[in-house]
Amino acid sequence: MIAFWVLAPLMVIAALGVVLVRRAVHSALLLAVVMISLAVLYLTLEAPFLFAVQIIVYTGAILMLFLFVLMLVGVDAADSVVETIRGQRLLAITGGLVMGVLLVVVVAQISLGTMVGMGAANAGGNIEGLADLLFSRYVLSFEATAALLITAALGAMLLAHRERLEPKEGQRAMAARRMQEYGTSGRHLGPLPSPGVYARHNAVDTPALLPDGTPATDSVSRVLAARGTVRSAPALGDVEDVQRTLGDVGGISGGSGSATDTSAGGGYNTENPDTRPQGDDWPEGDE
Amino acid sequence: MNELPLFGQDVWWLVLVKAVLIFVVLVLLTLFNIWWERRVVARMQHRIGPNVHGPFGLLQSLADGVKLALKEDIIPKAADKVVFVLAPVLVVIPAFVTFSVIPFGPEVTMFGERTPLQLTDMPVAVLFVMAIASIGIYGIVLGGWSSGSTYSLLGGLRSSAQMISYEVAMGLALVAVFLYAGSLSTSEIVAAQEDWWFGAILFPSFVIYVISMIGETNRAPFDLPEAEGELVGGFHTEYSSLKFALFFLGEYINMATVSALATTLFLGGWRAPFWIDEIWAGANEGYVPLIWFFGKMLLFIFFFIWLRGTLPRMRYDQFMDLGWKVLIPAALVWVVLVATMRYVSTAYELGTQEILIGGGVLLALILLWGFFGPEETGEPVEDIHTAPTGAYPVPPMPSGGAQRGAAAPLTFPSRTQATVTHGASEES
Repeated sequence: MIAFWVLAPLMVIAALGVVLVRRAVHSALLLAVVMISLAVLYLTLEAPFLFAVQIIVYTGAILMLFLFVLMLVGVDAADSVVETIRGQRLLAITGGLVMGVLLVVVVAQISLGTMVGMGAANAGGNIEGLADLLFSRYVLSFEATAALLITAALGAMLLAHRERLEPKEGQRAMAARRMQEYGTSGRHLGPLPSPGVYARHNAVDTPALLPDGTPATDSVSRVLAARGTVRSAPALGDVEDVQRTLGDVGGISGGSGSATDTSAGGGYNTENPDTRPQGDDWPEGDE
Repeated sequence: MNELPLFGQDVWWLVLVKAVLIFVVLVLLTLFNIWWERRVVARMQHRIGPNVHGPFGLLQSLADGVKLALKEDIIPKAADKVVFVLAPVLVVIPAFVTFSVIPFGPEVTMFGERTPLQLTDMPVAVLFVMAIASIGIYGIVLGGWSSGSTYSLLGGLRSSAQMISYEVAMGLALVAVFLYAGSLSTSEIVAAQEDWWFGAILFPSFVIYVISMIGETNRAPFDLPEAEGELVGGFHTEYSSLKFALFFLGEYINMATVSALATTLFLGGWRAPFWIDEIWAGANEGYVPLIWFFGKMLLFIFFFIWLRGTLPRMRYDQFMDLGWKVLIPAALVWVVLVATMRYVSTAYELGTQEILIGGGVLLALILLWGFFGPEETGEPVEDIHTAPTGAYPVPPMPSGGAQRGAAAPLTFPSRTQATVTHGASEES
């Protein structure tokens, strides 16, 4: 009973939060709180198997699937508060209130007696009792549900299936093809350079720098390039900045880089170049 | 519940003592495991490993832990702050909770009270472990998402996909154990292994469990979520200081948890190995079984470390293929086989002889089918032309063909003995 009075308010608050919270991931998390609380309530009602299954299936599998989809929309994505249909909000609130009143009135009309028979059902153990029922009296519906789920899974796979037109290229064939390409067209056969190599930043949208200081365009994902989010400051602007700073301060020759050495630090100046720390702790390239 | 009469009878302070003991043991075990991993991997790579601080360098991980906790705590600007802080907590708490149903030993006298060396047990204990572990995955997924970084997001997605897939194989591997033990409670599963370990009877299940437990804990060779070459640090790229330490702690406790579960389900739990209790009756009584339990568990952890020191990381698609196309079908077939065997042997009361004869006939039939069955039409192996085309600058072969075997050891001009030993002891 204590568990109920602790968990019930928590569940109601979390459930309200699911509806009211702006961000989709937060509301999914609050839904998880509701589900886990429900599972604990099952445990206090002497249904341990239902407790475990509720967490494994609903919290562990189904809600995780929700999260997967939600996560891919990005951290900053929040619901828009602009009404697309005029008067929708007012109608929704009225409809919700009517529905709530209706439910309360209807539920208040019925009176349920005390539940009996729990002890008898759990006499041989909760799991054993459940298994007995599932595999004898309800075996047909159990199997039918299983068949339904498998059909659904197969259907989803069928819808997402793509017929392969040519045989898949194996690792060996791919290596041979790359070597051939290198031989004929001189295309680099190793992996693409990672973003940020030799640059000031190692963020994914900062192209790597080649030894001569020019950016390697291959190092940034094509998706980012298409979106236009690649940082595109002039390649050597930052280096000149450094040289000027070093010239201004003078006498600082910490590390191995001389003023003419442009190979190590020539990155993209992304923040404000003027507020860089100057003096002894000037970083010589990235760590 | 009347099914497990030993549990749920403890006085409140005893429950508290046991809970605190489990907590302390897990934290100490984590410190020990970090040190052990570094030492073992070092040995495997012909290094020495941490050996300076404390006896055998045992305090090295404590020092590292303090240092980690005192570092600057950074929360990225793009992060979702609430979830970012919540995620490491969500990883660590389930990791500790799962240990509450692991049996460390039999009934003992603790502070004048008879009590089992196990915090609690329930009729669904093993399912409880899996349920709580699935909550732990939330911490990783949310940590990856809330960091607001691409690497973290990819790491979190990989990790959760991996843990969910391998949890399926793991659950299927456990079904055979449940069939044989007739229970899901950990203490009863240990009791059912009095004569034979399930690891011996249900060897395929054991193998599948061990493989999937490595996938489940994101350890090498399955540590794709934190593949350094691809994802920097995976889901914890943006974490620092104490929050990162919590992820670290969670990972090592999870390693201990799956090892403890493997010990409990397949290696007889706290029972003495190799029938030692036949010779020495006290081997399974009092606090002695703690030795067996922790011995077996550390054996598994050594196995984890050994794998890490030996195997290279797998490619992601190969790894998923292994899980879905090999482990899960194999586990399914094995479960059907075990259930059939179980049914046949109980329904018809067959003796060992009949079962062996039946198995032999079945094996002979399979072999005969292999010999006289339909001819295999193997695909012709495509001969890929890889001879040098002259385009790539390949160095000429050394005269006398390729060199095989180890390189000749390097020799240095001799120095005084004292300098050399001094240099060696500095190395750590």
